[in-house]
Amino acid sequence: MNMKFMLRTIQILLLFIAFTHAVSSQSMQVFEKFDDFEKKVLKNNDTTYVINFWATWCKPCVKELPYFESFNQSIGDKKIKVLLVSLDFKNQIKSHLEPFIKKNQYTSEVILLSDNKYNTWLEKVDAEWSGSIPATLLLSGKKKLFAEREFESVEDLSKFVHSFIHSL
Amino acid sequence: MLFLFSFLNPGNPVVTGYQPGDKAADFTLKGADGKMYSMSDYKKAKGFIVVFTCNSCPFAVKYEDRVNELAKKYTSQGYILLAINPNDPEVQPADSYDLMKERAAAKGFVFPYLFDEGQKVFPQYGATKTPHVFLLDKKLVVKYIGAIDDNPDASMVNEKYLENAIAALEKKMDPTPATTKAIGCSIKVKK
Repeated sequence: MNMKFMLRTIQILLLFIAFTHAVSSQSMQVFEKFDDFEKKVLKNNDTTYVINFWATWCKPCVKELPYFESFNQSIGDKKIKVLLVSLDFKNQIKSHLEPFIKKNQYTSEVILLSDNKYNTWLEKVDAEWSGSIPATLLLSGKKKLFAEREFESVEDLSKFVHSFIHSL
Repeated sequence: MLFLFSFLNPGNPVVTGYQPGDKAADFTLKGADGKMYSMSDYKKAKGFIVVFTCNSCPFAVKYEDRVNELAKKYTSQGYILLAINPNDPEVQPADSYDLMKERAAAKGFVFPYLFDEGQKVFPQYGATKTPHVFLLDKKLVVKYIGAIDDNPDASMVNEKYLENAIAALEKKMDPTPATTKAIGCSIKVKK
């Protein structure tokens, strides 16, 4: 194998890696079933997940997203993970969700949950959840705390999360 | 029980409102057509389909045509559909009375589209979002609460919860399920 061939192979490999990295950093996970989302994303028992349910069509949801972003950027602790779970309609991903995410450049992880068997999975999040959004679930191992309300500020959200963690 | 609930979930709205089996209160609300409506106006009704809905929520808008079709289908069978906009227009201007008039005219609503002036009716019922449906029998006893069907996409509906509930009433049976869940927009109130 000569030098030129090896260099060329490395070049192609690097291009391929750069391409897939660029694609994956723009792409967002889409789950069609709540159970898959739960199994694949909520899997670390020693992580506190801050799971916000929202949609681009929900005005109060959009209003509080910056608080989740600020909170996410302020926490150095890798044991807290903010997940922005969008309930946008699957046929509006390209027209509504992707432009919205691109415009706002979120550092928090955005996930689309397109499972519309709501009557089955809403109560898995919380038995009392009537289905209104925004709503936020805190999850750490088997412990949960659910808030069917908007947050008023970063401080409001931060207090909520930290008092849950202290109660663990 | 309610106290315990609010202790465990600080900051959540305390959930009150009807459960299946409760007797619902009547109301007198102004419709988009300018007339006042109460359930007691309908002496021969076999039941009432009370739908909390609005102009501004895209989820509710997805159900508008279906709500209109339900009204067309069931009025002749004696079930009166009444839609109520529970939102405060000062919080959500798109849900003003004038815009309700426009929407009713534009979409040819065949049902009364009522304005919950003072936002007194929706908390009594315990509506938490739009759309949110309450099926009542002729004595105003709540028989079914929740979603109209199981899919926001009309072409992909599998279970027509509300229609099944009405069919149960016709057979003098209680609907099962008596409650279902779906997502929707929170009701707009001043903080």
